[in-house]
Amino acid sequence: MKSRKVTLFLNSDRGVVPKGSAEIFFRKVKFWKGDEAEEAPPVFNVDGVNYIHAKVAGLMFVATTRANVSPSLVLELLQRIARVIKDYLGVLNEDSLRKNFVLVYELLDEVIDFGYPQMTSTEVLKSYVFNEPIVVDSSRMPTLGPAVMFMQSTKRMPGTAVTKSVVANEPGVRKRDEIFVDIIEKISVTFSSSGYILTSEIDGTIQMKSYLSGNPDIRLALNEDLSIGRNVGNSMYDYRSSAGGGTVILDDCNFHESVHLDNFDLDRTLSLVPPDGEFSVMNYRMTQEFKPPFRINALIEEAGPLKAEVIIKIRADFSSSVTGNTIVVQMPVPKYTTRVSFELESGAIGQATDFKETNKKLEWSLNKIVGGAEHTLRAKLTFSQESHGNLTKEAGPVSMNFTIPMYNASKLQVRYLQIAKKSKTYNPYRWVRYVTQANSYVARL
Amino acid sequence: MAPPVPNLPKTSSPSQPSGKSEVADLKLQLRQLAGSIAPGADDSRRELFKKVISFMTVGIDVSAAFSEMVMCSATSDVVLKKMCYLYVCNYARSNPDLALLTINFLQKDCRDDDPMIRGLALRSLCSLRVANLVEYLVSPLTSGLRDSSPYVRMVAAIGVLKLYHISPSTCLDSDFLAMLKALMLNDPDAQVVANCLSSLQEIWSLEAGNLETVSREREALLSKQVVYYLLNRIKEFNEWAQCLILELASKYIPSDSNEIFDIMNLLEDRLQHANSAVVLATIKVFLYLTMSMTDVHQQVYERIKAPLLTLVSSGSPEQSYAVLSHLHLLVMRAPILFSSDYKHFYCQYSEPAYVQKLKLEMLTAIANESNTYEIVTELCEYVANVDISISRESIRAVGKIALQQYDVNAIVDRLLQFLEMEKDYVTAETLVLVKDLLRKYPQWSHDCIAVVGNISSKNVQEPKGKAALIWMLGEYSNDMLDAPYILESLLENWNEEQAPEVRLHLLTAAMKCFFKRPPEAQKALGVALAAGLADSHQDVHDRALFYYRLLQYDVSVAERVVNPPKQAVSVFTDAPSSDIKDHIFDEFNTLSVLYQKPAYMFTDKEHRGPFEFAEELGSLSLGTGSVENVIPAQIYEASDNDLLLSTSEKEESRGLGNNDSVYSAPGYDTSLISLEDKQVQPESNFLSLAAPTMASHTSSVLDDLLGLGTPIIPPPPTLKLNPKAVLDPSNFQRKWGQLTTSLTEEFSINPQGVVALKVPQALHRHMQGHSIQCIASGGQPPSLKFFFFAQKEGETSPFFLVECLINTSSAKAQINIKTEDPTLSQPFSTLFQSALLLLSPS
Repeated sequence: MKSRKVTLFLNSDRGVVPKGSAEIFFRKVKFWKGDEAEEAPPVFNVDGVNYIHAKVAGLMFVATTRANVSPSLVLELLQRIARVIKDYLGVLNEDSLRKNFVLVYELLDEVIDFGYPQMTSTEVLKSYVFNEPIVVDSSRMPTLGPAVMFMQSTKRMPGTAVTKSVVANEPGVRKRDEIFVDIIEKISVTFSSSGYILTSEIDGTIQMKSYLSGNPDIRLALNEDLSIGRNVGNSMYDYRSSAGGGTVILDDCNFHESVHLDNFDLDRTLSLVPPDGEFSVMNYRMTQEFKPPFRINALIEEAGPLKAEVIIKIRADFSSSVTGNTIVVQMPVPKYTTRVSFELESGAIGQATDFKETNKKLEWSLNKIVGGAEHTLRAKLTFSQESHGNLTKEAGPVSMNFTIPMYNASKLQVRYLQIAKKSKTYNPYRWVRYVTQANSYVARL
Repeated sequence: MAPPVPNLPKTSSPSQPSGKSEVADLKLQLRQLAGSIAPGADDSRRELFKKVISFMTVGIDVSAAFSEMVMCSATSDVVLKKMCYLYVCNYARSNPDLALLTINFLQKDCRDDDPMIRGLALRSLCSLRVANLVEYLVSPLTSGLRDSSPYVRMVAAIGVLKLYHISPSTCLDSDFLAMLKALMLNDPDAQVVANCLSSLQEIWSLEAGNLETVSREREALLSKQVVYYLLNRIKEFNEWAQCLILELASKYIPSDSNEIFDIMNLLEDRLQHANSAVVLATIKVFLYLTMSMTDVHQQVYERIKAPLLTLVSSGSPEQSYAVLSHLHLLVMRAPILFSSDYKHFYCQYSEPAYVQKLKLEMLTAIANESNTYEIVTELCEYVANVDISISRESIRAVGKIALQQYDVNAIVDRLLQFLEMEKDYVTAETLVLVKDLLRKYPQWSHDCIAVVGNISSKNVQEPKGKAALIWMLGEYSNDMLDAPYILESLLENWNEEQAPEVRLHLLTAAMKCFFKRPPEAQKALGVALAAGLADSHQDVHDRALFYYRLLQYDVSVAERVVNPPKQAVSVFTDAPSSDIKDHIFDEFNTLSVLYQKPAYMFTDKEHRGPFEFAEELGSLSLGTGSVENVIPAQIYEASDNDLLLSTSEKEESRGLGNNDSVYSAPGYDTSLISLEDKQVQPESNFLSLAAPTMASHTSSVLDDLLGLGTPIIPPPPTLKLNPKAVLDPSNFQRKWGQLTTSLTEEFSINPQGVVALKVPQALHRHMQGHSIQCIASGGQPPSLKFFFFAQKEGETSPFFLVECLINTSSAKAQINIKTEDPTLSQPFSTLFQSALLLLSPS
């Protein structure tokens, strides 16, 4: 099910948007083009009112306006509002919002005045917002309920497991000075039918969440040999030129406002005073050749009249000290497939298979894969009609979803994280974590 | 902010009150606590307030507790106060009487020692939105703007705007706008400055046309002083205010190219910002500034590619979509600049359909000799996509690329392979494309027909595909052995055929086939005509009747009508007009880009945003504008038609070609026109000295010959115009904004005039000869647009402002006249028309 409620209304104080616009919005989103198959775009116009929405953690954040505004500005603002609320509440979900609606109103009041954005950093807001958050116990919350799974886009950021409110003072607990730095990479790879890499891209972000008191200076050092802008002059996909050497070459990157790049050209260090709350220090994009973490081999063959066999093999191409988890492999099969029987390798643990009848897809899920391991799935398909000959045009491609903690495909590293010392005993906790996720990981047949 | 329209599910409130008794109960409890100073009293009050507000949120009317709430707020607890303000603002509008109650304590709070409370109270006071309480706003606002705390000033700056929306006159009569202006240029706090700017922009744009001073003020906002002041401080502002300033800067007209480079250097690092709104606003500045410098403009394209691509892949799906839409716009404008980046526009498996559609269009646009093979190979993969609409779009994309003439050979093979997939919708889409291809490249008929001939017509259900197949059967019946028999079998099902489109094609195909293979097709034709004559659909019936009579009249004539020798179609036009695209580019970084239509198509006038008129004029290049305005450094060579303009056969790039003249902001003129101006100057002076020579009735015999409704030239008018009228562009703009149209007329123009209009300057000169000066012109044939002005003879006589739209293909003109003396608009119109009718090629 889609999210059930509109929680926030920006701009409602201007009185230019008709009553009942929440209803209009919902009907439109739900029945875009008359069915639920096609998703509504994030921006649409009904009777002169523009509805701009962003989905965050299963919630819809909606802004309405009659003016011809900058869509990016509104969408960035909605994301920011969601982030500020999350900073305050620790976790962002229906329950926490409901328990804290007065606080959320108070926040919104300071964030937007008469439709104009005002203060949007958790840091600044702290001195103007007085309600204490009622912290929802996150351990009670199902981490990935079915609703969340459905709503989460594929671009969801992992690693935000830190569910502590940035502002709440939990009674009895001394506030712990700590800082989290997450290097999160989403990788997209398309393999051709012969296993050759057609396109590959890494979209990475260095995310920071600071609980440091007194806003100390921080220096974040990246690979010394990091270089940026490989597409000057030659084609971006010239793999030959970049192979070997171990240099990390980013196509492009951008930085959070608070980042000073004075030494960046010299020694690849970023200096910043991290504001409270969660934010992306740096986003980067890389199309340099890299070793894909998984190799996929898939095959579909006719096996007698009205029958075919599918073989999918995946190999984890990384060190055995690393383990990938929540792996799901999917493959659409011909529309006239009526029955599928699966055959897992002997001794398979934590694997499950399913044939999704409605959208004619095979699904193979594995709880984890240890680096270096290889797994195979065989499936026998039964058809209701003769196939037209070329099965590969009727089935596939194979797509894969996974998360690999403590692994990063780009080899971008945080060499060190230096926190300006206030005193000799001051030694806050520093957490640097890496995680790689599939964005679009596809092998064609 | 007033609390939102409650939309929480009923079950969400902590305890659901049964109704009035609960409210009464709350009232009682509040009253008991009202004066209490006992320890913990504030905490209990907080709990009660929360309850009240939660009731309010779920839509229960708790306005009955108003006086108790107000009583309880006489405290120093900020949390309580905030909740109370929220409550008050929510009910004030519906209960103006109650609102009056609160004025007192809000006014008192506006003088509180704590700046926070002063600010909050002022914000709430301004948000009451009760018209008859306006008088109480002026003095707190005035002191708010002078407050020592930036928080209060920031609230007050927006407060002025709120006051304006409640009562414009109160706001304008007080000295607020001047105060805002002063604060904007002097306040040390960036957010105060930003809020002043927002308020001023909004008020002035709403006031546009009401007051003469307003237009001047609006122009002043775009002055070098203001824009530079804000740009130099840009890093002090938060990202949202940066967007505001960048938007302002994109309207700024620099005086020379050094200024342009200074601004671009200053803003260079904004392109590395993680906030997509800042980056897009910066890009807008860069693009607009360099409009008249072709090669720099092109460098800007190169520079912004990487940041845009990074934003597309780093943000949330919604943000990427907004950025991708802008990238789409740029790709469509200058596809050639993106031709090596095609892999970035490959669709990803997980993307929603609206993103994939954009990408398919981009891939289609950038296909050229070097990348067609790879793009088409990729597109062919999508044809097997689970999503049928994407599959269809992909086939169409392949077809469009083929029609662009790159690597047709290989593409035809692929298209034919689609037909072998035997999926209904794939076959139907492909047939339509094969038909279009054959119309453009008849040389492929042999290969195509061989494959198409094998398709069983029973497998094609969609009307479009079926119609295409039938067209091919008729057109190529000589090459398809079975053509007459297939047609025959199709005709048998005439009555089951739902789509009139298909039946029409059947009729025509039967005719064509008959002329090519008479003995075999005679029967089919007979059946077709009989069925057609009996058809209930008017068009089908008429066509059958027409064929029937034609055959009766003369068979050889009929053959010439039905089967004339065909020429290959060279250009298919179905893309949106370049006019629309240019208009959208003018509205870069707005919703227009996402909707792919200009703002006037989806917003009402008042919401179009500030500086609307400026944009309108800005989109026309100044024709005879004062020569001082022309920037020598920006003179651009007509021969400088590199990359951006080189693909002139492409529709998109033609759009770009226009821009160099159409989109240069006022004063940004291309050298072509400006140089000519200089040459023309003496001549025109001479002409104007010579005074309007109303050499009447030069209309030649030719006119009479061509005479289809050649307009009768009205008698010479009595109105005398000042031959040396002067009006500078900004004054023109101001007047245009102020005045309302007093007369609109449409008329035909002389065919000779149309010929003369090939050179717009000819019209400038000609009208000058009649004491009517052209101030701006633009457009692309067939639609041209001019702005003229004239003045009645005498020093302080009224001015006439004319917007003239000429359509050269229909030889029609429309004029909209604005004047300070509407009684003269009719005589002036007559004079203007007669002057225009005298236009002929020199």
